Amino acid sequence: MKFDEVPQDEAFLKEGKIRDVCYVVDKEGHYVRALSKGWTPKNEAIRLAWHEIHEHAEETRLKVMAGKLSPIALYMELNIMDLPLLANFMELPKWRVRRHLRMKGFKRLTNEMLSKYAEAMNITVAELVDLERIRGMVIAHED
Amino acid sequence: MKIDFQHNQAAHCENGVTSNLLQFYGITLSEPMIFGMGSGYFFSHMPFIKLNGMSVTSFRVWPGWIFKRVTHRLGIHVRRKKYTNPDKAMQELDELLAKGQPVGMLVGVFHLPYFPREYRFHFNAHNITVFGKEGDRYFVSDPVMENVETLSYEELKKVRFARGTYPPRGRMYYIDKVPAQPELRPAIVKGIRKTASDMLTIPLPMFGIDGIRYLAKNLRKWPVKMGAKLAALNLAQVIRMLEEIGTGGAGFRFIYAAFLQECAEILNQPLLNEASVEMTAIGDAWRNFAWQAARCFKNRDNGAITYDQLADLLMDIADQEQKVFSKLRTMEL
Repeated sequence: MKFDEVPQDEAFLKEGKIRDVCYVVDKEGHYVRALSKGWTPKNEAIRLAWHEIHEHAEETRLKVMAGKLSPIALYMELNIMDLPLLANFMELPKWRVRRHLRMKGFKRLTNEMLSKYAEAMNITVAELVDLERIRGMVIAHED
Repeated sequence: MKIDFQHNQAAHCENGVTSNLLQFYGITLSEPMIFGMGSGYFFSHMPFIKLNGMSVTSFRVWPGWIFKRVTHRLGIHVRRKKYTNPDKAMQELDELLAKGQPVGMLVGVFHLPYFPREYRFHFNAHNITVFGKEGDRYFVSDPVMENVETLSYEELKKVRFARGTYPPRGRMYYIDKVPAQPELRPAIVKGIRKTASDMLTIPLPMFGIDGIRYLAKNLRKWPVKMGAKLAALNLAQVIRMLEEIGTGGAGFRFIYAAFLQECAEILNQPLLNEASVEMTAIGDAWRNFAWQAARCFKNRDNGAITYDQLADLLMDIADQEQKVFSKLRTMEL
C-alpha cells in the first residue's frame, strides 16, 4: 500500500480518538506509518456481522412480544452472548439458564436473580422487566 | 501517581505493549522490529476453533508469543501472574505501580468503555499497559488508541476478568531485569528463521502456507456447503481477521515488509530489501482479496466474483508467500 492510497472511509473510527495505524511505502519506497479512518471492505464486513446480530435479535424480540421467550433471551442476543457464555457469566448450569429464557421460567425469578442477570447484560432490573420498552425497541444499526 | 511512561500508538496491541514497555527500560525497538523479532507472522485457518460461531482464520501466532519470544531472545527477564481473586489482582497491580513499575495485562474488549461500540465483541486477548493511578482511576496506555485513556477500578477489574473464550483471568506481566547491551542481531536472525520454518514446515494442513491453500479449498465449497448467507458471513469474518484488530493492513504483511526493510540495513543484507518488496506485493494481493471478497458478499455488480475465483486468488498468494519464505529460510544473514 502506498502513502497516498491510505483509505479514509470513515465509519466507526474517530480522528483524535482511534484510527488504524497502517504501514505504507512513501515515494522512495521506504516504510512509514499513516493513520486511516477506515476502509470500505472492512467496514462492510463489520456491518454485515452487526446486521446479522440485529436481524436475529429482532426475531427474538417478536417472540418475546408473543410471550414465548423472556427478556433475558433478547438482551442476551443484544449483548452478543449465546447460552454457554451467558451461563458462564451467571455462574449457573446451562439447563437452568435455558429455563429462564422462557417467559414461564422468567416470571419465577427472584429479585436477586434478576439483579444478577441485569448486571451480566449491562442493564438495570427495571429495564430487564419492562416489556413496554421491548415493544418500542427499534433494533437497527446506524454508523 | 503517574509513572513517566511514554504512550505510543501502534497497529497491533501486543506489538505496541512490548515496544512501549521495552522503551521504558531504554530499549527502543519499532513495532515492525518487535513483530519480526518475535516471529509474529503466521497463517492458520482452523474450522475447529470458533469465534462468533465461525471458523477462526488468523494471520499471527498465538497471543502472548510475540512478547515471550522478544524478551527471551533479548535476554530480558519477565514476571507473569494470573489470579483467581479479582481484588487480589488489583491490589498487586497497585503495589507494582507504587514501586514505579508499568504493567502489561490482558483484558477483554467487550466492556472497554473507550472502544467504539462496533468493535466490542467477546474478544479476550487484548493487551494494554497500566502506568499510574490517581484516586479511583488508572492511566492506561492502550496501543490501538491515539491517546492515553483512563479506567476506574471497577471498569479495569471487569475487563481483566472478562468471561468468554480464553478468559484473561487477571493475567499481567512486567519486566524484571534487562541486560546492559541486548544483542539484536542474533535475535533478528532467530526471528526470521522461525517464521520461515513456521510458514513452510508445519506438517498439518491448516497452518502456514498449506493453511492458505486449505482455506482456498474450503472456501470454494462454502456456498454449496452452507448456503449463500452463511458463506457471506464466513467471508466477512476472514476479512475482519485480515483487516480488523490492528494488523497494520493486509494481515500483518505490511508490518513484516517494514521489518525486512529495517533488517536489510541492520544486517547489511540487500537481499532483504528485495524480500521486503516481495512482501509488500503479497500484502497488496491480500488487500485485493479483501476488496474482491467484499464485492462478493455484497453481491455488487451482477456477475460479481465467485468463491472459486476468490479461492484462485488465495492459491496465488500461497505461491508468492512460499517463494519469499523459501528465500528467507536459507538467505545469508
